[in-house]
Amino acid sequence: MLKKAAEEALNKPSPYGIDLRIEDFLKPRASPSMGLEALSSIGIDPERASYIQVDNRPVEVRPSIPGVKVLTLSQALEEGLVQDYFWNAVKVDTDKYTAAAELFGGHEGYVFIAERGRKVEQPVLSCLLLSTPGSLQAPHNIVIVEEGAELHVITGCLTSAEAPGLHAGISEFYVKEGGRLTFTMIHQWAPTSHVRPRTGVIVERGGEYVSHYINMSPIASLQTDPKVYLVGEGAKAYLSSVIVAPRESKMDVGGSVFLRAENTSAEIVSKVITKDRADVITRSLISAEGRGARGHIECDGLLLSDSSRILTLPALDAKIDDVQLSHEAAVGRLSEEQLYYLMTKGFSEEEAKSILVRGFMEVKIEGLPRPVEAQLKMALELAARGL
Amino acid sequence: MAMLKVEELSVKVREREILREVSFEVGEGEIVALLGPNGSGKSTLLHAIMGRPGYEVSGRIIFNGIDITGMSASERAKLGIGFMMQMPPALKGVRLRDLIKRLSKIYGTDQDTLRRISEELRIERLLDRELHRGFSGGEMKKVELLLLAAQNPKLALLDEPDSGVDLESLPIIGKVINEIVGASDSRAREKRSAIIVTHMGKILKHVRNANRAYIILNGEVKCFGNPADLIEDIEKYGFSECLRCVRVV
Repeated sequence: MLKKAAEEALNKPSPYGIDLRIEDFLKPRASPSMGLEALSSIGIDPERASYIQVDNRPVEVRPSIPGVKVLTLSQALEEGLVQDYFWNAVKVDTDKYTAAAELFGGHEGYVFIAERGRKVEQPVLSCLLLSTPGSLQAPHNIVIVEEGAELHVITGCLTSAEAPGLHAGISEFYVKEGGRLTFTMIHQWAPTSHVRPRTGVIVERGGEYVSHYINMSPIASLQTDPKVYLVGEGAKAYLSSVIVAPRESKMDVGGSVFLRAENTSAEIVSKVITKDRADVITRSLISAEGRGARGHIECDGLLLSDSSRILTLPALDAKIDDVQLSHEAAVGRLSEEQLYYLMTKGFSEEEAKSILVRGFMEVKIEGLPRPVEAQLKMALELAARGL
Repeated sequence: MAMLKVEELSVKVREREILREVSFEVGEGEIVALLGPNGSGKSTLLHAIMGRPGYEVSGRIIFNGIDITGMSASERAKLGIGFMMQMPPALKGVRLRDLIKRLSKIYGTDQDTLRRISEELRIERLLDRELHRGFSGGEMKKVELLLLAAQNPKLALLDEPDSGVDLESLPIIGKVINEIVGASDSRAREKRSAIIVTHMGKILKHVRNANRAYIILNGEVKCFGNPADLIEDIEKYGFSECLRCVRVV
């Protein structure tokens, strides 16, 4: 049934982003070109990762963190652990990319299950490398945080720079009652990569989902719009994205939270810097139908070149009157007033710009391993430089 | 030698003439007050001395014998001019503590002094906040004073340090200004100076060595004198009386 639904959706375009032809990515052109050592560029030591997948093949699965089950999707399906979760938070016929993941992705990806009541302090690292030029990588990942458990998953994604590749990762996350999942994505795509992740998150009563998305490298095209469903009373979501878009990058980055139960709340924060000729759209939606629901969207965009573009589209959808939704959005170049202010303190114009850019991008991510944090800081420094 | 000499300074902002041939001096160790009604050009004068971009300036500004008229704001700051803006902008993601650290590194300011000043101003709790975001008027003034202290300037330009400040804080602000200018230390080898723009002169009661005031009206320096006398006259007769003042510069 899944197969049939997928086949029927294989030509269904996504409403957003450049439309790609799946068949263009089913002809790998050369042998794999990237080794695991490339992971160090995003601060991840391959020896410490719980899961590493190269193209569509899991190469490392290390269930070494107490309280967390680590499996490949095929194992988990075989053991009957994820039948109720597979293609549940994300529908297989969403568009051609979900369809392609089902049909050509090889049913691999990571499955992390945080055991009931376990507060796992050590972050679980997973890495996805798209190594073979011209190919499709479509991991299907499932994370389950059982009742009262806490988990931090960090994923680093990398692609080979040599030829176009398509990454269409499916991620389905389930946060049970009183659970908490933090999901941090640090991505370093290549200027030739096309990326179409599809993410669905279901959060139950009193649960919390926090996600951080960071991308500071050029990319051919990225389109993503993770959907978070808060279905239990008092559930919360916080989505942040920090994006530096250089060169010819085309990005369409969204985030939607559906406040379906009483007293649920959500905050979506996006910070975007464009350089050169980059073109970035940020979409955010908070839709509320639970009594006492609250939501806030904050979108900040900073254009560091005259020929780049930022389109920001915050949307609020109140379906009953007992909700409080708000948004703030500001897009423009660096403020002359702020630059002058810092210059009156003795900073040069360059220094003032870099202080402001770094401040603009500041986002506090708790629980990042030190090397990842250092790498992130360095990427920010680089982004702030050469203005 | 005068620390600052302003010679026939005229300033146009977006084609509109705001200051007309203003000349005055600030001596070493002197605190000069600038009085005048709203919109008379007091703030513009300070911005022109600081080097705000976009101003069309003629005349000369000499600081410690150096003609700084064509210099950028950061060059002037490095020479020793510090500026406390009336309405400083809020800076997202820029923490006060980090900025203080950077400034004291540039200017070699003593950390203990800064710690003491931040205690005096009672703003330790603001150190890890983003600069001026959600600060009250009084908090902004105090934070700017701390930043000024970190900059350790030879000439401090203070734009209405007393506006939006509650009465209890005025003496504290006055005390810190005295420290920055070095007025409380008679043994100080280096003489420091300041220009204080004040609307009603409230701060002058708390600042030492403020012996001279200029009144600016419609972009011109109209007269000068003892600050207390001038303020008394203004309170009695209003600024319009200055137009007929005999102490014309």
